[in-house]
Parts: sequence; structure tokens; C-alpha cells
Amino acid sequence: MSHEPHRRGWLKAAGASVAALWLAACDKLTENPRSAAVLKSAEGLTRRAQRLVTDRKALAPEFTAADISPDFKPNGSTNPDDPDYVAHAAKGFADWRLVVDGLVERPLTLSLADLRKLPARTQITRHDCVEGWSSIGKWKGARLAAVLDKAGLKPNARYIVLYCADTLDPTTLDGTGQYYESIDLIDAYHPQTLLAYDMNDQPLPVAHGAPLRLRVERQLGYKHAKYVMRLEAVEDFAHIGRGNGGFWEDRGYEWYAGI
Amino acid sequence: MTDKPGAKPAKLLVYRHAGVTRLTHWINVLALSFLLMSGLQIFNAHPALYWGAKSVFAHPWLAMDAMEKAGHPVGVTTIAGHHFETTGLLGYSGKPGAQEPRGFPAWATIPSYRDLADGRRWHLFFAWLFVINGLVYLAMSLINRHIQRDLWPKRAQLAPGHIWHEIATHAQLKFPKGEEARSYNILQKAAYLAVIFVLLPLMVGTGLTMSPDIDAAAPWLLELFGGRQSARSIHFISASLIVAFVIVHLVMVVASGTWNNIRSMITGRYAIEPEATGEAAASGDAA
Repeated sequence: MSHEPHRRGWLKAAGASVAALWLAACDKLTENPRSAAVLKSAEGLTRRAQRLVTDRKALAPEFTAADISPDFKPNGSTNPDDPDYVAHAAKGFADWRLVVDGLVERPLTLSLADLRKLPARTQITRHDCVEGWSSIGKWKGARLAAVLDKAGLKPNARYIVLYCADTLDPTTLDGTGQYYESIDLIDAYHPQTLLAYDMNDQPLPVAHGAPLRLRVERQLGYKHAKYVMRLEAVEDFAHIGRGNGGFWEDRGYEWYAGI
Repeated sequence: MTDKPGAKPAKLLVYRHAGVTRLTHWINVLALSFLLMSGLQIFNAHPALYWGAKSVFAHPWLAMDAMEKAGHPVGVTTIAGHHFETTGLLGYSGKPGAQEPRGFPAWATIPSYRDLADGRRWHLFFAWLFVINGLVYLAMSLINRHIQRDLWPKRAQLAPGHIWHEIATHAQLKFPKGEEARSYNILQKAAYLAVIFVLLPLMVGTGLTMSPDIDAAAPWLLELFGGRQSARSIHFISASLIVAFVIVHLVMVVASGTWNNIRSMITGRYAIEPEATGEAAASGDAA
């Protein structure tokens, strides 16, 4: 039929317009604070549901030495150029100290040697990046529970905030470009939650967070703060950074990263 | 025959889809559309797939990359070691002057621009809607016997001769009329059952297996799917099969009567054409 090509062109144009409208609408909905809040509501549901079905002490799967990734991918900062960090690294972290303060009975200052004397755990676990990939590594570190018991948490402490040495976003001028993370006490006291100082039987390399990084095995990679300098026990984290509990959380990612 | 000579044979309007089937169908359309497009956004954060527990970065079985070729960037899709140039669609795409390396193109993702955090928010929100809607559908369809009565194959339908007959008539786009059109044919039943009881549950199962928390709660999921990266691959393949089903589904909707099908999924009423013999009789009358 003679009008067929014309009709097809019209249909094609209509289809393309509908698709463009749909996409524009989705972008608008993403940026609109009210619809964004609706989408965000699923996070609380996910956290509660996962906490409900997962035993507090349920262990993340552990692997064998044969499973260790030879190509474990470092992500985020891989070689911080912050002057304090560079100075510590130059001295092999001999003068480096971990500060533990905030809502604790006994604030601590711990050297790497002090940390190595605390109850430790070794585990071969899978690291799941929010981007989708996984690598497997062997970690040895002080159990975070042991550090917190040593400091003695005050009853109103609800979260542990981890401050890091690296500025991941140097373009931010308000000081929120510094990496930090926070976890609640369920994760802080989990048996596999470590302040790791060894990776694959070697001192933690700079690319993976030397001299100390968090392992919080039931959450995604961005929760596993590297280059940890200070732990602060807090009641809430609204006053820290942009108030969402972490560097990536301040940039739209979920605070609860169990999925 | 009650038809007047020359008049079209009367169509019979039957009640085909229960309210709960229609409602959950359209919620599912909405949820799966958002899940697919936000899923492609998430895929784009690391557009490569692996088998096993971990990623062996040098050996993805599927990858979409941007590469240099004769001084120009090109999109290259690699499947099981075979390279295909897919510039403009996969690996490298965008409007003229604003092309960029990205797995799937902007028109296929939510949001259209690259934003993993927002893609995850859309995905996990609609994952909940999809699961709740699916559970309502399953519960109600067992209670009102939709599954047992309409979807489960009858013994006679499973005879090889019958199945072959259905494949042959479908291939010619000939659709049943009269009494036969009241119920689903065996190919429809097989397709719907595969989607409802295999592909959609597979999406949920492999999706949950990618959660490090669920892996602690239910490590058997890792055994079932062969590791987290395998689960991610199966999630992708299963989603692709659902897209393939939807394409065939839409083609069949158009081929077997667009408006009749759409009306039946909105109002529940479906028009059935009388048997061919009736038509022959009618035309005989006219002659």
C-alpha cells in the first residue's frame, strides 16, 4: 500500500517520542527530592528484612587458599597523596597511631604493635564491590570487638565512625572529600569484623589500605574503609560529613550496603 | 444459523482474565520495565560477566568495552573470546559529539546518564514491588485456581502429535477459534509456566545471591548457583530470556488481535471468533 511507508515513519516517530519522554521522566523522577525519597524508602525495608532473616552471628562464606584472587582489584584511593599519610608511609607507619575516642570510657591510642597483640582472626573472604565484581583475599586483623571492649563503649554509643587518611574527592572544598565510613554495633561486634593489618600473609599493601583497613564481610566494598586513622563511637552521624554516614553515602549510595 | 446472509458471524465475548490477574499483570509490566533499565545501569558500572565465586578480570565470558581502532574509539562486545564491533549500541555510544564508553546505551538505562547509586535505588525499590506483586499473584492464582485450571497443561495437550500440530499452526500465525480459543494452547501454557515458575524466581534467587548479607544467611544459594559471579551471570541471562519472552509475547498479541488482547487484559472481556465451519455455512448462505 502506498501510505504504508508514511505510516511506518509516523509510528517510528511516535515510538521514539514515547521512549524519549519515558527516559526524561525517569531522569526527572531521579532528581526530584520527593520521588527520590520514595525510592530511598526501600533501603530501610531491605535493612530490616535482611537483619530479620540473618542471624547476628551468621558468618560470611569463607574460602580456601586456592580461591585467593591473584588479581584482587584495589578501588577508591590506591595511593593517597595527603601529606600526613605520605609522611607515615615513608617511615613504614612506625609513628602511626590509631585513635579510638568518642563515647568510650577509656580513649585509646594504639600502635600497629599494640593492634597485633589484640585477639586476632584470619579469614579468606570474598570482597564484593558495589560495581558488581568480586575478589577473594586472606585477611588477618584485630577483632573490632576486642578494640571496642578495651575502650569500653558508653551506653549511648550506637555507631562506630571510621575516619580515613585519604582525600578521595579533592574537588570538595567543605572538607567532605575525606573518606569515612560508619557501621552499627551489630556489624562492629560481628566475629568477622576486623581491623585488618595483613593481606594474603603480607603487611597490608598501600593500594589496599595500609596500614589498617576495616573488614565488614556482610556488606559491600565501600563499607570496608581503608587507611583507617581514627575510630569514634557516636550516638548518630548526622553532624559528620554531609550527614549520611559515609563518603559514598554522602554521594547517594545506601548506608546499609548488605545488598 | 442465526446470521443474516452477508452479515459477519457474531463474536462471542467471554470473561477471560480475573481482576487480580489483570492488576498484577500491569504492575509486573511496570516493575519489570524499571528493573530491566535500572539493571542495565548497574551492569554498566562493570560491564563484564564471569563464572564462579570471583571475577578473573582477564577472562570475562562477556564484556563490553571501548577500544581504539585506527585512532577512533569503537565499542567492542566480547562473548566467549569472540569480538564483535558494536559501536553505537554496546561498549561505546551516545549522541554525536557526546559519545562515551558505556556498556548499554543511554536510552536503555535509568537514569539515562551514568549513576550507579541512583540505578541501585530504582532497582531495589522495584525489586520489592516485583516480589510483593508476584507473591500476591501466586497466592491468589492458587486460591482462585487460575494456575491449576488455566495454566496447567491438560493430559491431551501433552501428546506429541498435539504439540507438533500447535507448533505448525503457530508458525503459520493461525490461531484457534470457537471453543478452542477459550483456553490457552500448550505453547502458551509452556511459555507462561516457564516465565512464572523458572525465569522470574531465578531473577529473585540470583539477585539475592549477589547480596553479601544473604550469602551469610543462606550460603546454600551460592552452592545452587555456583558462586556470586555465576549468580550475576545467570541474573543477566535470565533477564535476557525474559526480554526475549516479552518480544515474542508482544508479537503474538499483535498477530492474534492487538485490541482484543489488550482489552481482555484491561476489562477482562475477550472476543472469540466462531468456528471456521460456521463461517463456511454463513458464506454458503450468502451464495
